[in-house]
Amino acid sequence: MTTDQTALLQYALGEADDALILGQRLCEWCYHAPYLEEDLALANVSLDFLGRAQNFYQYAAQLDPQQRTADQLAMLRDSREFRNLLIVELPIGDFAFTMARQFLLDCFYVEFMTALQGSADPNMAGIAAKAIKESQYHLRRSHEWLLRLGDGTEESHRRMQIALDQIWGYTMEMFENSPAENELLAEGIAVDRSALKPAWDTRVNTALVEATLSRPEDGWSVRGGRDGIHTEHHGHLLSELQFLQRAYPGLEW
Amino acid sequence: MTEFSVNDAELEKRFQDRVDDEQKIEPKDWMPEGYRKNLIRQISQHAHSEVIGMQPEGNWISRAPTLRRKMILLAKVQDEGGHGLYLYSAAETLGASREEMVEALHEGRAKYASIFNYPSLTWADIGTIGWLVDGAAIVNQISLQRTSYGPYSRAMIRICKEESFHQRQGYESLIALAHGSAEQKAMAQDALNRWWWPSLMMFGPHDAESAHSGQSMKWKIKRKSNDTLRQDFVDQTVPQADFLGLEIPDPDLKWNEERGHYDFGEIDWEEFQRVISGDGMCNRDRVATHKKAHDDGAWVRDALRAYEAKKANKSEAA
Ligand SMILES: [Fe+2]
Ligand SMILES: [Fe+2]
Repeated sequence: MTTDQTALLQYALGEADDALILGQRLCEWCYHAPYLEEDLALANVSLDFLGRAQNFYQYAAQLDPQQRTADQLAMLRDSREFRNLLIVELPIGDFAFTMARQFLLDCFYVEFMTALQGSADPNMAGIAAKAIKESQYHLRRSHEWLLRLGDGTEESHRRMQIALDQIWGYTMEMFENSPAENELLAEGIAVDRSALKPAWDTRVNTALVEATLSRPEDGWSVRGGRDGIHTEHHGHLLSELQFLQRAYPGLEW
Repeated sequence: MTEFSVNDAELEKRFQDRVDDEQKIEPKDWMPEGYRKNLIRQISQHAHSEVIGMQPEGNWISRAPTLRRKMILLAKVQDEGGHGLYLYSAAETLGASREEMVEALHEGRAKYASIFNYPSLTWADIGTIGWLVDGAAIVNQISLQRTSYGPYSRAMIRICKEESFHQRQGYESLIALAHGSAEQKAMAQDALNRWWWPSLMMFGPHDAESAHSGQSMKWKIKRKSNDTLRQDFVDQTVPQADFLGLEIPDPDLKWNEERGHYDFGEIDWEEFQRVISGDGMCNRDRVATHKKAHDDGAWVRDALRAYEAKKANKSEAA
């Protein structure tokens, strides 16, 4: 296996892990949302991310020298091997927290998937082509919620501002290239994350003004996900996600 | 007799003639107050069942064994929520508001399918619920496609297609268990043992004891009696259990050549009463969970209303 293939596997796994962990978090809303229509809408978004995870894992499985399947990659790696960004693993919090996170991620994904569509790797480009349409829809929704909650009642404004302040430090990690990504940049396979920051800033700043919310200070930031250094929440999420495969190893379901 | 009551009687006769003639009753048509009330009760109960049913199944979304199973289950639970929405809308055409219906659920005045007061304990419960509970729902809903109230009938036609899909998916996931390891097979058998009788209870009391049945049949809200539907369900389900190699937990179950149907044992009606009247394992949890989500979401709904009002003001001013 060439170095390139190792890097590509890491790249696909990182994207797969991001999508899976976020999808897993979003499905926690099922039958807990503020009203029934929103239960269904959040399930839709969750399904998109789970589907995206499956696509990236299937590709990773093709590249895996250990020949693990997509499900084995999702269900049988421990926390230290997961490469997801910290922002996706944070607990769902209240509805404002979930929507603030979603908005910040959707702004990122719209830029990221657009760029990834042009990847020199046709598999990654193909997955991105489907994902971009989903992310555009997700962003329309989360942007609308940012406005509604930011410019709704005093209470909703207060909650949304708190949510943004709590998440802000986790956004920096989105714009940092992993060693694998740096390696793949030269071949035009990976997206240069740092280059997406100005467009993301513009989107976010414009929406925050419109929603009468203030942009948190850039002072603190937390990182570690791409190195497998996760928050303490991560292990608990995995213990649920992986329960059956761990309790009954090696079976077909 | 006053002139008013003569008219009323006349209207009622015309109404019954239309029902007898298999014409659909539509929201703007005249209908007896009892018909309206009976329908609101039945449709809202049906809507609540779809929504409360999201809980025992949703309980396993985060733990589904594979990505594919997780997506299938999440999409299924989402469909059930969608069924709830169509049905709330159908009830709204009769003048009931969703707020009132949800309030009645929270206050225990409205019922929902009692089977959802049983806990979902293992992964096999998910396949079993799809197979048996959706299966029983289909038997009931196929007959309701011909119900006399137009919006309800149309909702049933739409919902039935999805329920059949759910039932096949549930059954397919049980096949995987039945063909799997000894542990998986035992898991499937255990789930069948626990869900079989509650599934038969879904069809309600015997015809002779069913409080609303007579009038509902006359108005063609209901098209088949509880016992007939239950028999249909047993007849279709026994061969499916045989195919899985699972044993239905009923020593009295056997094919009756003369009747052309399966004979089956008597339901534990005491348990039926106990769970219906609130003493099932999950009754309190189910309603409390629904109410908590509703209460926790109040500030979001307030924000949405406030935002919409501001937007309307702005566009008026512009
Ligand atoms: Fe349903
Ligand atoms: Fe269903």
